[in-house]
Amino acid sequence: MNLILFTFIVLLGFTSYYFGRKKAYTIQSTKKRLTALPQFYGYYLAIWCAIPAFIIFSLWAIFEPTIVKLLILSDYSNQGYLDDELNLLYEKSKALSRGQFTGEITPFIEASAEKYLSLRSIAQSSKVVIVLSAIIASVAYAYKRISSNSRTREPVEKFLNAVLFTASLAAILTTVGIVFSLIFQTIDFFKVIPLFDFVFGTHWYPAKAFVRDSSEALDPTMYSDTFGAVPIFAGTFFIAFIAMCVAIPIGLMSGIYLAEYASTKVRQYAKPLIEILAGIPTVVYGFFAALTVGPFLKELGTSMGLEVSAESALAAGGVMGIMIIPFISSLSDDVITSVPQSLRDGSYAMGATKSETIKRVIFPAALPGIVGSILLGVSRAIGETMIVVMASGLAANLTLNPLESTSTITAQIVVILIGDQAFGDPKTQAAFALGMSLFLVTLCLNIVALRVVKKYREKYE
Amino acid sequence: MRKNGAKMIKIKAKDVDVFYGKKQALFNISLDIEENQVTALIGPSGCGKSTFLRCLNRMNDVIDICSVKGEILINDFNINDKSCDVVRLREKIGMVFQKPNPFPKTLYENVSYGPTIHGMAQSKQEMDEIVETSLKKAALWEEVKDRLHEPGTGLSGGQQQRLCIARAISVRPEVILMDEPCSALDPIATAQIEELIDELKKEHTIIIVTHSMAQAARVSQNTGFFHLGQLIEHGSTDKIFKNPDNKKTQDYITGRFG
Repeated sequence: MNLILFTFIVLLGFTSYYFGRKKAYTIQSTKKRLTALPQFYGYYLAIWCAIPAFIIFSLWAIFEPTIVKLLILSDYSNQGYLDDELNLLYEKSKALSRGQFTGEITPFIEASAEKYLSLRSIAQSSKVVIVLSAIIASVAYAYKRISSNSRTREPVEKFLNAVLFTASLAAILTTVGIVFSLIFQTIDFFKVIPLFDFVFGTHWYPAKAFVRDSSEALDPTMYSDTFGAVPIFAGTFFIAFIAMCVAIPIGLMSGIYLAEYASTKVRQYAKPLIEILAGIPTVVYGFFAALTVGPFLKELGTSMGLEVSAESALAAGGVMGIMIIPFISSLSDDVITSVPQSLRDGSYAMGATKSETIKRVIFPAALPGIVGSILLGVSRAIGETMIVVMASGLAANLTLNPLESTSTITAQIVVILIGDQAFGDPKTQAAFALGMSLFLVTLCLNIVALRVVKKYREKYE
Repeated sequence: MRKNGAKMIKIKAKDVDVFYGKKQALFNISLDIEENQVTALIGPSGCGKSTFLRCLNRMNDVIDICSVKGEILINDFNINDKSCDVVRLREKIGMVFQKPNPFPKTLYENVSYGPTIHGMAQSKQEMDEIVETSLKKAALWEEVKDRLHEPGTGLSGGQQQRLCIARAISVRPEVILMDEPCSALDPIATAQIEELIDELKKEHTIIIVTHSMAQAARVSQNTGFFHLGQLIEHGSTDKIFKNPDNKKTQDYITGRFG
C-alpha cells in the first residue's frame, strides 16, 4: 500500500514538473521575459509536491503507532493492569493481527487484535486521502503563483542547499550517535570496573567475568584482575609496530621507484598490480598468515633452535605489513608525482643526481603527504582485526617477544562479542570500553597527523 | 658594440637537430656564443629557442622521448659525447627558469644546495662565505641577510627569481642559461634582473631566451632569431634590430608577426 502510494506521489511529482515547465513555456510564448529557465518552474512545482508529502509521511510514521496503541489500551486502562502487562497485551494483539502469534488466544487479545486491524486500515486510508489532498492543494497553489515575474530559481536553489545540508547532517549525526552510545556504555562499564584497574591492570581475562545469573553480576570482587587492558594495548601497538616496520620501508621505496625511476611502461603495469594488493579481503590475508606464514616461521625457528609459537605476533604483524604496503606505496607515489616538475628541473640544473634530487628536494617537499600516508597506514594497522584473530591467537599475553602469540584490542572485541553474551554485563560492556579506547587512539593519531602536516605546510608553502 | 675585435667563442653549436619522439623540433642549428657576452634568443612561441637552450646543459635528458643530434662544443669539448659527465657539465652551466622555482627550504639551504652537492665548501665558514657572496652578486643580500633561515618560498616573485640566480651562481658556473627569467615578474623586478644580468656578464657567459624584444635590445650584445625550429639569423644585437639581413627577422622585429 505504502509502495503504491509512494510511486503515485513520484508520478505526481513528474507530472507537476511537466506542467510547471509547460506553463513557463506558455508564458514565454507570449513574449514575456521569464525570471528563470523554464526547468526551474518545473522543479518549483515538483518541490511543492514533494515537501507536503514528505512532511505528512514523517508525521504519520512518528505518531501513528503511538496513537493506535493509546486507542487500543484506553479500553483497558481502568481495569487495574500494570503498564508492563498492557504493553505485553498490545504486542500480543499486534502479533495476532499479523498471524504470527503462537500462544494462547484469549478473547481479550482477539478483540484488541481486531480493533488494531480496523484502526490500522482507517489510518491507512486517511493517510492516502490527506497526503493526496495536501499535494493537490499545494501544487495547485504553486501553479497559480507561477507568473512571468515570480521567483522560482531562488526557492529551488535553497531547496537543493537544504537537501545537501541534510545529507551532511545525517553523516555527522550518525558519528555523534555512535560516539555517544560508546560513551554511555563505557561509563556503565567503569561503574563496575575501576578506571585504574582497566588502564593499569596487567591481566586480561574477560571469560572469567561470564555471568550465569544476575545476582552474581553485582559482586565487584569477582572482576578484580580480569579487565586489565595493558596486555592488549601493548599487543596492539606491538603488532602495529611490526606491521609498520614491514610496510614503511617497502611501501616508501616502491612508491619512490614508481614515481621517479620506473619507466612509463613499468609504471603502467606495476601500479595497478600493487593496488590489487589493497583489494584483497583481510580474511584472505588472515588465513595466509595463519596457514602459511605462521607454520613457516615456526619451522624456521625450530630449525634454528628457537621456540616459535604457531600463532605469533611476527606472523600477524608481518602479513599486516604486507597488507598496508599498497596504501603507503600508492599514496606516496601520488604525493611524489605531484611535486612540481620545476623543482626537479631546478635541482637537476644544479648538477644534482637523481638520488640527491630525491633525497634533498623531492622527499622534503612531499613529506607532509608521506607522513599522512604513513599515519593512515598506522590507523589501519591498529584497527585491523581479522589477521590478528586468525594468526596471533586470542590469549592476551603481555610480551615483547615477537615469536609468542599476543592479542589486540580489536581481536578481544571479537572474542567478547561472539558466543553467549548478556547486554549490560561488564563482559559485554568491556567491548564498548575497548571500542572507545580504540576510537580515542585513532582520534589522537589523526590529530597528530593533521598537526604535523599543517606545521610542515606553514614552513614550506 | 665589439670593443676589441673578435671575442672568444665559448660555445659552438654545430648542426644540432632535436626530436621529440618522431617530431623534429630543431633543424640544423649552428650558432657560436661569445664569452662574457649576453646572447639573446628571440622568436615566436614554439620556435624552439627554449629547446635549444636546454640542449646546452643537457636538460633535455630529463625528457624521455627527446633526442639530440649534432655537436655542441663548450670550451672545445663536445657535451653530447658519451664521455661527458652531466653532473660536471651542469656544475659549469647554471640555469634560471621561467617561473621562479626556489626549493621548499630556507634561503640559506637554497643557495648552499649546489656547493653542498658538489662538495665545494670544507667548513661552515666557507659555506657562509659562498652564500653571502652569491646573494650579494644576485643583489639580494641586503634584503634577506636577516632572514636567511626562513623559507625561500616566502619571498616575492622578483626576490625568488634573484634567489634562483644566487643559487645558480653559487657554484661559479662559466655559463648561465636564462629561460624567460622575467616573464613572471612585474616591470620593477624585471628592471632589477636586467641590471643584474648586465653585472653578471663580467664573470659569466649569459644566454637568455626572451619574448620581449625590448628586453633583448636592452640586455644583449648578440641576438639569434629562431622561427619554426630554425635559426633564421644571428649576429650582433645592433645589426639584428637595426638592419637585419632576413625579411622574416625584419617582420618579427617590427611586430608584423609572432
